Amino acid sequence: MKRSLPLIFAFVVGIIVLISEFIPHRPFNQIVSTLENWFMIISGFAILLGQISLIRMNANKIANRLPDWQYHLAGLVSFALMLIFGLLWGMQETPGLMGDGQGISAYLGSKPFDYLFENAYMPLSATLFSLLAFFIASAAYRAFIIRGFESNLLMITAVIVIIGRTSIGTMLTGWLPESLSFWHIPNLADFIMEFPNSAAQRAILISAGLGIVGSSLRIILGIERSYLGGDK
Amino acid sequence: MKHGMVLVFLFTITILCANSFHATDSPWDDGKAIDLFWELSPMTRQVSIHRLNENGNPVEVHKSTLAEGSFTDYGLEANTHYQYRLTAYFADDNLTLMADSNTREQWFFLRKLGFLLLLLIVSCAIIYYIRAARNGNEFFIRRIAGLDSMEEAVGRATEKGRPILFVPGISDLDDIQTIASLTILSHLAERSAEYNTELIVPCRFSMVLSAAREVVKEAYIKVGRPDAYKADNIFYLTDDQFGFVAGIDGIMLREKPAANFFMGSFYAESLILAETGFATGAIQTAGTAQAHQLPFFVVSCDYTLIGEELFAASAYLSKDPQQLGSLKGHDFGKLMIIVLIVLGVILEILGISALKEFIAGAVS
Amino acid sequence: MKLSPVAERRIIFTVLLFAVALPLVFPIGWTTEISEYTRIAYRLIEETDENKVVIISFDYDPSTMTELQPMAEAMIEHAFKKNQRVIATALWPMGVQMAEQAFDKVCSHYPDKERGVDYTNLGYKVGGMVTIQAMGRSLSDVYPVDNQNTPYEEIPMLQNVRRLRDIAWISSLSSGVPGLKEWMMVARDSYQVPVTGGCTAISAPGFFPYVNEQRQLHGLLGGLKAASEYESLIGRLGSATTKMDAQSIAHLLILIFIAIGNIKAWHGKKGRQQ
Repeated sequence: MKRSLPLIFAFVVGIIVLISEFIPHRPFNQIVSTLENWFMIISGFAILLGQISLIRMNANKIANRLPDWQYHLAGLVSFALMLIFGLLWGMQETPGLMGDGQGISAYLGSKPFDYLFENAYMPLSATLFSLLAFFIASAAYRAFIIRGFESNLLMITAVIVIIGRTSIGTMLTGWLPESLSFWHIPNLADFIMEFPNSAAQRAILISAGLGIVGSSLRIILGIERSYLGGDK
Repeated sequence: MKHGMVLVFLFTITILCANSFHATDSPWDDGKAIDLFWELSPMTRQVSIHRLNENGNPVEVHKSTLAEGSFTDYGLEANTHYQYRLTAYFADDNLTLMADSNTREQWFFLRKLGFLLLLLIVSCAIIYYIRAARNGNEFFIRRIAGLDSMEEAVGRATEKGRPILFVPGISDLDDIQTIASLTILSHLAERSAEYNTELIVPCRFSMVLSAAREVVKEAYIKVGRPDAYKADNIFYLTDDQFGFVAGIDGIMLREKPAANFFMGSFYAESLILAETGFATGAIQTAGTAQAHQLPFFVVSCDYTLIGEELFAASAYLSKDPQQLGSLKGHDFGKLMIIVLIVLGVILEILGISALKEFIAGAVS
Repeated sequence: MKLSPVAERRIIFTVLLFAVALPLVFPIGWTTEISEYTRIAYRLIEETDENKVVIISFDYDPSTMTELQPMAEAMIEHAFKKNQRVIATALWPMGVQMAEQAFDKVCSHYPDKERGVDYTNLGYKVGGMVTIQAMGRSLSDVYPVDNQNTPYEEIPMLQNVRRLRDIAWISSLSSGVPGLKEWMMVARDSYQVPVTGGCTAISAPGFFPYVNEQRQLHGLLGGLKAASEYESLIGRLGSATTKMDAQSIAHLLILIFIAIGNIKAWHGKKGRQQ
């Protein structure tokens, strides 16, 4: 029963959602949006589970004074601070339990939640994303090595696209006449992105799409059961 | 005077007879659209169409300068009566025509017929090969290095006494890539349980957390090691994309896992994860169907599952004949698409766009 | 002198840091050519009539604001120049703040633009594609109030805007899901509202196929370069243009690193053969 019920459920719901895609008549046109609403509601309750896991894991490391426990404490304190500020004074136009916090907003320039968001969270987030630039440089240094025909092709293409995406590309071949505009590096870079790149991406998308169809069919038919924990 | 009145009368009749305006329910839809057609005298300068609401007040829905045309009014309520008023403006006169129609829900989206046929063909092929596998047919499947490396990765982690890190992507459970990654997690968890190697699974969403815990727990029970299962090793980090990445980077640098698995849906953070893992010296296997993240994984990881290989993983690892048969169905689908592409290109060159329109869902 | 991989990485990171930082402090002033994808997006807004209501959807968070915020500011400014009325929405929670920051910045150059009359921020709604589908039926049902709790019916610029079909164009600035793809699938395919947008440079190749004859996407701004191209089209020296110098230098440096990496590999191979 523990195994059969989820399998039956997956089959019935899967078939209904599949059919709903092709039938505009009620109730089929409402089924998908209803199921999506249910998913969002369940996700909302499931957030509590995640928060409990977060607090438990960090508290455990702090309580047992495991290595680097100070950072786990900092994590919990940050979590608590944002929660408390948001509850007490709200954010932006939304008031909190203690109103809009005009006094503290006048002192900080904005509500505490917004202040931390703009001055702590946003710079941290942008910093993490900016790490990409450094990692791309180290990855390119390590991986773009000429070894054979394919790597030669990759190098040439990479050089054209890298230069074509900057002002340097315009400067290098800007003098070419209109009849040779195809060889203007930015145009060449756009050609590579629009044709060979798009063709390769579409091929991967098509095969991934077929993989999704097959995977979904196996789940609906109950052949694939790993997501439930296996056959037994 | 009599002569003038006759002329005006004839002029009016001409205009009236030359003009028509009618409304019909838009066919093969969910009953939320009405098609409006008008045919007016060539002397028409402008056309304005209003929909009358329940109070009889007009709401303008369309304006045109065409004497003959059509317009579809979307966003209506199904099974409801609607009235429309068309006002045609001539040089020094105007004409008002009324039309009405009921919206009706149909039972089939005809414009999706091409989509339905393709889906049925691919699905039938998959089911056919599954049945063939059940009847004892053996199907060849090429080696997928990324999946074969799982044993090697677990072995290396066991030798070094370091944990294994598994990241099930950054999407929620409603993404099929996440489900595919959980099926790989199941097999990986069985291996780690057999070798008694620690498995760390950070999750971005709570639903993924509960599914991952269930999967890993069942895997440990299956190999007879329920005591070795640690629920705290599968934990929630944060919903925020880069917060999640920062957390995983921290785990990689502190715990120094010997093997990293990045399976599922990834976006811009893929290179950050892969490069940080590379810097720690771990053996890395990645798999995603996000085509634009694949190059970053290929560069920084030892093995990469490209697109379809992620979804084939469960069949490949379990060696279950039925699942392997379904992979054959994928191949049939690919062959069908190749044939359609070649046929489509030839037909387009010849100026015949019927196939394209059929598949794209145009209804005549 | 043989360097360890760790030392090499540190040198690369340090050199790159200075290479990116210096042009920001001492701008070089290089110009960039405008691509067709950007022109198509520009033309959509340029050719839209005055007083039309448009939507800019802020589907990103602060991590990608370096690339996407300049696009938002440039598009808002362009719309203001053409006297179009801008609705800001967000499918990502932090998009609301991004929208407010963009409006604040642009309105400092357009003090006559009034909230509620020329622009409004309807805020964030969870749901992604489901939300967009609901907007197709009724905007006021999805957004009964704006982000300042003003009822929909009391916002002057929204009096004749009932649903998506009343919108002249939609621009989604997105860095993931939900975002541009969802807007395209619903607003463009179901409701035939022209959709354009912007994304990070990394995601741009995935969207290029949609800029086609069927105009699934009316142009695309892919990355910081496209943002600076858009700024040149509207005649504005914005943040994207000043950052392009740094990007150009960084790209050049990456090419130099690739060359050094190849020389090192070649030396190593020669050494092994000997």
